[in-house]
Amino acid sequence: MIVFDGVEKRFGDNVVLSELDFTVRAGEHVTLIGPSGSGKTTILRLLMTLEKVNKGTIKVAGRYLSHMERRGKLVPADEKYSREVRKRIGMVFQQFNLFPNMTVRGNLIEGPTRVLGLSKDEANARAEDLLDLVGLRERIDEHPSRLSGGQQQRVAIARALAMRPDVLLLDEVTSALDPELVAGVLKLLRDIGESTDITILCVTHEMGFARDFSHRVMMFDGGRVIEDAPPDKLFTDPDHERTRSFLHAVLER
Amino acid sequence: MIWDWGYAIEILPALLRGLLVTLLATLLGSLLAFTLGLVFAVVRRNRVPVLDPLVRAFVEFWRSTPLLVQAFLIFYVLPGYGITLSPLTAGVLALGLHYACYTSEVYRAGIDAVPRGQWEAATALSLPRSRVWLGVVLPQAVPRVLPALGNYVISMFKEVPLLLAIGVVEVVTVAQQLTAQSFSPVEPLTLAGLLFLLISYPASLAVRRLERRVGVV
Repeated sequence: MIVFDGVEKRFGDNVVLSELDFTVRAGEHVTLIGPSGSGKTTILRLLMTLEKVNKGTIKVAGRYLSHMERRGKLVPADEKYSREVRKRIGMVFQQFNLFPNMTVRGNLIEGPTRVLGLSKDEANARAEDLLDLVGLRERIDEHPSRLSGGQQQRVAIARALAMRPDVLLLDEVTSALDPELVAGVLKLLRDIGESTDITILCVTHEMGFARDFSHRVMMFDGGRVIEDAPPDKLFTDPDHERTRSFLHAVLER
Repeated sequence: MIWDWGYAIEILPALLRGLLVTLLATLLGSLLAFTLGLVFAVVRRNRVPVLDPLVRAFVEFWRSTPLLVQAFLIFYVLPGYGITLSPLTAGVLALGLHYACYTSEVYRAGIDAVPRGQWEAATALSLPRSRVWLGVVLPQAVPRVLPALGNYVISMFKEVPLLLAIGVVEVVTVAQQLTAQSFSPVEPLTLAGLLFLLISYPASLAVRRLERRVGVV
């Protein structure tokens, strides 16, 4: 579903990702862990086309995301092309990023009506179903500012799902939440993971969640994947000393 | 010098008619400045090819020259190129263009104040460019800058008398004409000043209330 091939990302002289190759199969749940600055979030941002690669290519569902083919040659993707490919991809952010000028309903129907071409009725029905799923149906006509952080994040998850994405990117979605609100959001994500076949890439510091939610965990350090294994293996018997010391440090808390 | 109530009351209707012209010029000038300033700001933010450097050059040049010179330019120089405008139209154009350069900066501040996450969320939903602006960014940016725009309207209102130089019959022009007839400047000029005060003071109070409501940028 997702193929990174020799991807390099620099910010100025700072190499954030180098020579990165990996593949994620359809329906797989992959968690990216590692110290901050190790490039995990950058991978999600590249997939969402919020950043551009400096070298290498990214493919999603068999189509180039970072590039497009023009007269048999690969050229950097233009805005129109990337918009087409990224329709299949949804993202949930650490800071929710709901549109404060719209109600919950407005946030949920914006993409489906403006991008997918659904009618208002269809989009509304979809929004209501999703709000049932995230348990916020009765808040549909309120503005995001009236909701708690956990509720806002659940709406943000519903907003991403309303686009029926093939790939869902979760960027530290519980990091900005009060501790008592984290569990509700994680439970929702587990439910979604079980009830759908969406491919999910997730950056998180919640190791317990990473362990039971993912099929695979990738440990990043210094812009490279240093270990890539099923969670049972990686969390109990990692091959690398760096992974061990990282896990030790985070689980210590 | 003695204040003549009879004379003051006699000239009041003429002054009020002049005031209407002043208000009309302010209204039309503001509409032009609001629209054009917004266009300037969006062009600059989007780095629209060709237009962006043109807008930037225009704003720099126009902001560094006096309104009076610009009004003269529009009223006396454009006819040489086949564009003849009535004094009021030329005046509105001068005010609108002049203030568009300032309102574009105000909009820019408002747009910059919209968090980056909002743009990113709009990208993540694949919203088309037009919808990002009209549905997400401007509805957040514009309310925040309304007080600043309001202040420019008040400031524009007080600059309309400059247009007497190109023959717009606004309130100060009327006061001057009356003075020339009666050789008595006190009543017309005092009344004209009072009329300005009567409008700009409440207007500035209203802007201040608006500021408290929307918060400052």
